[in-house]
Amino acid sequence: MAAAYELRCRECGKRYDNAPLSICDECFSPLEVAVDLDAARKTVTRASIAAGPTSMWRYQALLPVPDDSTPQTPAGWTPLLRAPRLAERIGATNLWIKNDAVCLPTLSFKDRVVAVALENARRFGFDTVGCSSTGNLANAVAAQAARLGFKTYILVPADLEPAKILNTQVYGATLVRIDGNYDHVNRLCSQIADRYNWGFVNVNLRPYYAEGSKTVGFEIAEQLGWRLPDNVVVPMAGGSLITKIRKAFKELVALGLVEDKPVRFFGAQATGCSPISTAVKNGADAIEPQRPRTIARSLAIGNPADGVYATRAIRDSGGWAEDVSDVEIVSAIQELAETEGIFTETAGGVTTAVTARLYAHERIHPDELTVACITGNGLKTTDVLQGAYEQHAAVRPRLSDFEQYLAERSEENDLVVGGAYVR
Amino acid sequence: MSVRVLLPNAFQKHTNGAKEITSSAGNLPALITEIETTFPDLKTHLRDESGQVRKFINFYVNEEDIRFLGNEKYAFQDGDEVLVIPSIAGGAFSAGEVALRGADQQRGQCHCCSYCGQEPCCCGD
Repeated sequence: MAAAYELRCRECGKRYDNAPLSICDECFSPLEVAVDLDAARKTVTRASIAAGPTSMWRYQALLPVPDDSTPQTPAGWTPLLRAPRLAERIGATNLWIKNDAVCLPTLSFKDRVVAVALENARRFGFDTVGCSSTGNLANAVAAQAARLGFKTYILVPADLEPAKILNTQVYGATLVRIDGNYDHVNRLCSQIADRYNWGFVNVNLRPYYAEGSKTVGFEIAEQLGWRLPDNVVVPMAGGSLITKIRKAFKELVALGLVEDKPVRFFGAQATGCSPISTAVKNGADAIEPQRPRTIARSLAIGNPADGVYATRAIRDSGGWAEDVSDVEIVSAIQELAETEGIFTETAGGVTTAVTARLYAHERIHPDELTVACITGNGLKTTDVLQGAYEQHAAVRPRLSDFEQYLAERSEENDLVVGGAYVR
Repeated sequence: MSVRVLLPNAFQKHTNGAKEITSSAGNLPALITEIETTFPDLKTHLRDESGQVRKFINFYVNEEDIRFLGNEKYAFQDGDEVLVIPSIAGGAFSAGEVALRGADQQRGQCHCCSYCGQEPCCCGD
């Protein structure tokens, strides 16, 4: 391989020099980045990684960015936390949370993929970048493009959560609301990328963009003390993240940085938009597109771009996929917050609820080291919790009033059956 | 009766740069045949080894995925705008194509791996 990385067709294998290109011109299949692991093997060690920055850029040698890049945004290196209280609640004993609800700079794992995409946008000489987005990507592109000085066009479904719209516009991005769902937006962006010389991070820059997701897998392995988990539970929208975490683990094994072992991959979707979990459950190789109807709008992709690859990754690993209702999603958001102090968005509610179900259905053994990937922050989807908590009358600033308030609360608590919290 | 058909940039290498055509085809199979007749170079790229149209290629009528409209059974209306768009990162393909893909790999026509990206595959996929 001439460069440290190049593009290859995922189906026919045709190789391409690095370019803003995502589709093979021979068989019209998707392109993917191939990193030269033979070259990386000579320089990348656990020590060289540990000596790097406390961000995803500690893995720069394994990412498709030019050697002379000095990345500007400190995305990644988010906490991997033991989750004993959630584990106890759902019948697990060795559960961990990879918490990208606190990924910088915009509080979702999309900061990782955008960081890689925009380094390449710069390399290819674009002055304007954009994306189609269900919200988190919009925030990440807007913030990082502002820092790098790009002009930005971001296309979103018109019914997106207000917080995600505000969190895009505040960075000065041009936000275009499209009268349709994400799949409509994505199709339009494909046409725009064909027409205009813009760098669309998830269209013509997608092969580079997608590689950023590998850093979730790299970090999980390193934070576990350079070992792989038994199971990973991953939310699925387009289906890219789950395949890239798997790719990351395979690369670490190939580089000799972790011992090889079987890792099972579990996918999580909302029932209202579950084309990938449906394919997994039905044993189908083809993805049947759906019209999304769920509060988990960041996962509401009815025709998932990487769906077939995600299905294959899950099946080949011996994993499974599940989907949960909107009511379960909201309950799971509350459960994760109440037990572990992590406030996640609806996608995280999906992951948490699916994780609970996988234990309940004995798909995952309680003792197995299992990592659930939380990919976004609850502050962006507070609308789903509207009305979930009663606002009591304000208490006068007197100790006697406060004590009366406590007494009233105590009476309320006595009404809860058996002292257990019942939602 | 005519429909306007917009072709993606990825096709242009095989269409002498043509970006759109006007067609009088009544449905999707007829349209695909017409595209292949108009651009013979495209035919071998548009179809896989078993002669099936590659499932990475999506068809939209106006703003809707044709699969939601009945797919091959949908009768084009006068003035319809048909978009041909390859899946950006993947897409749906049939079990037959998956089997073919495996056969191709065995014959040595496909060398890279979707997951490790290595040639030959280093991850056993």
